[in-house]
Amino acid sequence: MARIALDGLRHSYLPQPQRPEDWALKQLDLEWADGGAYALLGPSGCGKTTLLNIISGLVRPSEGRVLFDGVDLTDVPTDKRRIAQVFQFPVVYDTMTVYDNLAFPLRNRGIAEPEIKAKVHEIARMLDLDSALARRAAGLTADGKQKISLGRGLVRSDVNVIMFDEPLTVIDPHLKWQLRSKLKELHQRTRRTMIYVTHDQTEALTFADKVVVMHDGTVVQVGSPVDLFERPQHTFVGHFIGSPGMNVLPCEVHDGTALFAGHRLPVQNPPKQPLNGQRLEIGVRPEFVTLAPEGLPVRIAKVSDGGRYRVVEALHDSQRIKLLVDEDASLPADTAHLRFDPGHTRLYADGWLVS
Amino acid sequence: MTLELRNVIKRVGADTHIHETRVRFAETGFNILLGTTLAGKTTLLELMAGLTPPSAGEIWFDGKNVTGVPVQKRNVSMVYQQFINYPNLTVYENIASPLRVAGLARAGIDNRVRRIAELLRLTPLLARRPAELSGGQQQRTALARALVKDADLVLLDEPLANLDFKLREELRDELPKLFADRRCTVVFATSDPVEALLLGGHTATIHAGRITQFGPTPEVYRQPADLLTAQIFSHPPINIAPIVKAGDAMVVSDAVRWPAPAALRRLSDGPYVLGIRPHHVSPLRNGHQAAQIEGRVQIAELSGSESVIHFAHGKLSWVSHSPGVHPIEVGGTTRFYVETERCLYFTADGARIGA
Amino acid sequence: MGKTENQKAWFFVLPVFVLVAFNALIPLMAVVNYSVQETFGNNVFFFEGLKWFEEVLHSDRFHASLLRQLAFTGTILAIEVPLGVAIALSMPRRGPWVSVCLVLMALPLLIPWNVVGAMWNIFALPDIGLLGRMLNGLGFNYNYTQQPFSAWATLIAMDVWHWTSLVVLLAYAGLSAIPDAYYQAAKIDGASSWAVLRHIQLPKMKRVLTIAILLRFMDSFNIYTEPFVLTGGGPGNTTTLLSIDLVKMALGQFDLGRAAAMSIVYFLIILLLSWIFYAAMTREEGRS
Repeated sequence: MARIALDGLRHSYLPQPQRPEDWALKQLDLEWADGGAYALLGPSGCGKTTLLNIISGLVRPSEGRVLFDGVDLTDVPTDKRRIAQVFQFPVVYDTMTVYDNLAFPLRNRGIAEPEIKAKVHEIARMLDLDSALARRAAGLTADGKQKISLGRGLVRSDVNVIMFDEPLTVIDPHLKWQLRSKLKELHQRTRRTMIYVTHDQTEALTFADKVVVMHDGTVVQVGSPVDLFERPQHTFVGHFIGSPGMNVLPCEVHDGTALFAGHRLPVQNPPKQPLNGQRLEIGVRPEFVTLAPEGLPVRIAKVSDGGRYRVVEALHDSQRIKLLVDEDASLPADTAHLRFDPGHTRLYADGWLVS
Repeated sequence: MTLELRNVIKRVGADTHIHETRVRFAETGFNILLGTTLAGKTTLLELMAGLTPPSAGEIWFDGKNVTGVPVQKRNVSMVYQQFINYPNLTVYENIASPLRVAGLARAGIDNRVRRIAELLRLTPLLARRPAELSGGQQQRTALARALVKDADLVLLDEPLANLDFKLREELRDELPKLFADRRCTVVFATSDPVEALLLGGHTATIHAGRITQFGPTPEVYRQPADLLTAQIFSHPPINIAPIVKAGDAMVVSDAVRWPAPAALRRLSDGPYVLGIRPHHVSPLRNGHQAAQIEGRVQIAELSGSESVIHFAHGKLSWVSHSPGVHPIEVGGTTRFYVETERCLYFTADGARIGA
Repeated sequence: MGKTENQKAWFFVLPVFVLVAFNALIPLMAVVNYSVQETFGNNVFFFEGLKWFEEVLHSDRFHASLLRQLAFTGTILAIEVPLGVAIALSMPRRGPWVSVCLVLMALPLLIPWNVVGAMWNIFALPDIGLLGRMLNGLGFNYNYTQQPFSAWATLIAMDVWHWTSLVVLLAYAGLSAIPDAYYQAAKIDGASSWAVLRHIQLPKMKRVLTIAILLRFMDSFNIYTEPFVLTGGGPGNTTTLLSIDLVKMALGQFDLGRAAAMSIVYFLIILLLSWIFYAAMTREEGRS
C-alpha cells in the first residue's frame, strides 16, 4: 500500500505538442493518501484513461513524475509497480478454473501452494465466488468475470493500488448495483488504495471518498462527494454531477446583487469586487429550487416521473429551469413561482465560482 | 397506428424464447419493454419488425395481419445499442441512405435530411464520417436515419445503453420530443427502470420470455400486478420480506409490526410477502406514517446528495435510499422508518393483494 | 407466407448444385463404377465386386505409400504449425512494418504449385543449384536425385517454405484479435511470456489454429504437383506418396479398376482422419 503522488504531469500523444489542444493531459498535480477510495470522473476523452495508464505504467508521461511513497516510479515498468487493474471488459484466463485464475498472480510470484490455497479461499469467500472455484472461468457471467479480475488483485498482499477502468460497463443494471455495493464493501473491509475511473457520476460518488473531476485534460475540481454536489467550483462540475445537472442561468450583477432577467436572486457568494467583462452566471441545483407562493414567475413545461421524485421543467421566457419535487407533492397546472435556496445559489464568472 | 401481438409464441429448437403473448401497444407515446438481458426484449422487437417469424400467433399492424410479411415490405425503422452507421459514408449520406433506397427525388432528400439533422443537432457535422464522431453523435446519426423515412413503426433496442452517463440523460430528454408530433408507433427496449420511468408512456415488464404486465408506466410502477413486476421495475431492487398477518397487525418480526391496512383486513391470517421500495425506507422520520425497524449497517454508499444504506434486520437484508447525506457508522445499529402506506403486499405465489 | 420466401432462395442455389454435380458427383460416381469392374480396353467391362478393394487394402505397395504419406504429413505438421505460430508471435503488432511482413509472408502462397516444384528442383540441383552446391561445398553429401534422405529433406523443406506462411497468416489474424487488456492484465499478474503464450495466446488462437491444421492436413495429404515435379517419387519409390502412386497406377499402368478402388480408399482415409482431427480439436469447446 502506498501514498501516490503525481507531480507536474503532462502528456501528449503527439511527438511535438504545440497548441494547448495537443495535450491529452494538461498540468496535473495530485496527492492521494494510503488506503483511500478515489474516483476519476469525466466524459469520454477528458484524459482520465490516459491518467490511469500513466499511474499503471502503460503510458510514460511526456513530463512530470509518478511517485509511490515518495519513490519515483516514472520509468518503472508496470509489472514492477505492484498494482492491480480491473478493465472495462472482463479479462479472465479462459482455460483455467476460477481457483487457478485467482491463484495465478501468486503462482507467478513463487508463493508456496498452502499459502496460495488459504489466500484464494479467503478472497473467494469475500467475493461470493467460493461455490464457483472449481468451475471454468470462461463459463461465468460478466459480473462473475469482473469479480475474478478484481480477485486477482485482492489475493496479492504486495499491491500498492487497485485500479478500476469503467468496470461496470458491460454489467446489467440490477447486477451493476450489486457489484457496486460489493466494491464499496470490499474497500471498507480491506482498506486498500483504490482508484476508480468512470463517466458515471453515481458510481464515482457512491464509491469514492474523494473524486477528481476532469474535463478537457484538466482537473476541474477535487473534492468529497458532498463538496462536488453542494459547492461545485465550476459550472461544468455542477452540470456533470447530479441528475439532472445544475441549472445555469445567465445573469448580471448590479451593486453586488445578482439579477436574472430583472429579478433579484440572492446568492451565497456575492462578489467583493466588480466583475467587469466576464461571463456571469447563476448556478443552482434542481434539488435547491422549490415551488413557492411568490418568486420567479414561470410556466410549467413538462413533468417527468422519476419514481421517488418528479422532474419539473419550468420556463421563464425561453430559459429552462429544472427542479425536483416529491413523488406525491401537488403541482400547479400551468404557472408557478420558484424560490432559489440562497445558501445553495452561487455566482460564477467565466464558468468558475466567484470567491 | 396500432401494433398488436395476438397469441404470439416464438420457439427456437426445443426452447421457447417468447411464451404466448397477447398485447396491444399504445399508438401515442413510448411503449417501453423493460427487462434484464436475455429476458426476451430483442426477440420481441425482431418479431415486431418481421425479422423473424413467430412460431404461432399473429402480428397485426394498422388493422392488417402482417405476420410473415418480410421486413423490407414493412415501413419499419430500428435503432440498436451499438451505433450502426455506414462507416464509409458521411453523416449526410448516412441520413439520406433510406431515402435513396426508397427512390426519392434529390431535392426532396436534401430537404428532409437537413430538417432532421437540424432537429438532432447534427447540422455542423453533416460532412463528417462516423469515425470522427463521439458516441452520442454517432447514435444521433443512427436515430436520424431511423426518423428520416417516416416509418410507421420505430423500434429502439436499448439505444442509450452504450452512451456516457450525461449523454444518455440528454438524449433521454430529447427522444420523446422528437416523436411528439409523428404518427408512428414507438417501441423502446431498456433494462433500466429509471429510464423507463422518465420516458413515461406505457411499459411492458418482461421476464423470461413473458410479459408480466402492460399498462401506463406510472401505473405499472406504483401498482404492479405481481412481485415479479415489482422486482423488474425497481432500482435499487425492492426490499422483500416474509410478513405475517395476525388479526389487525402485520408482523415482520417481534419488534416490527404495524396495523393492517384496510384492504387487507378481510384477508385470512397467515403468511404473506411484503415489498417496499428502498426510497420508502429512510433513516429519518419524514412525516409519513411509518413503522420503525432497527438494523445493523452493512454498507453505506453516500453520494453527494443521497445515501444508500444496506442493513440487516435478523435474517433480512434491506436497503434504504434517501435524499441527503447521512453519515452512518458501518457495523453499528441504526433505526429506520418504513412508510407503511407505501408497502405492497403479495400472496405466497406472488400476486399483489388489491391488484 | 414465410415459406414462399424460402423456396425462392432455392433458385439461387440451383446453379451451384448443377456445377457440383458435374465436377464432383458425376466423376465420383464414375470412379465408384470403375472400382467394381475389370477392363482390358475396347470398352469391355466385367463386374468384379469388391476384389479391387481387397487387393488394394492388402497390397504392400499401398501400405508403403500410405506410411510414407503419413510420415510426410506428420513431419510437415510438426514443423509448420509451431514454426508458423513462432513467426506470427515475432511479427510486429502495429506500425509500418506490419504490411511489409504480411506481403513477404504471402509471397510463397502466390506462386503456382508446379512452379514451386520447378524452382526447388533447380535450386537444389547438386551440380548447378545454389542450395545443392552450397551444401556440398559445406561438406554434406547431398544429392536429392540419388539419396532418399536428401530427397525427403528437400521435399519437406520445400513444403515448409511454401506453406508455413498460411499458418503464419492465420495465427497472426488470431493474435491480432486479442484485446490489449489481456496483455496488460498478464503483465500486472506477473505472468512470464511462456504463461502468456500458454494461457492467453494459444487459447485465443485455438479456433484459427484448428482451421490451419485442418487445411494443412488435407492439403498435404493430397499433395501431388510439387513432389511430382521435384522428385517424381524417386529415387526408387522412396518419395512416392499416395497421390503419386495413384497416378502411376492409373495412367502409367492403366490399371483403372485398382486405381479407382485406391482413390476411394484414399478419399475415405482423408475424410476419416479430418473428422477425427476436427472432433478432437473442437471437443473442448463443446464441453464448456
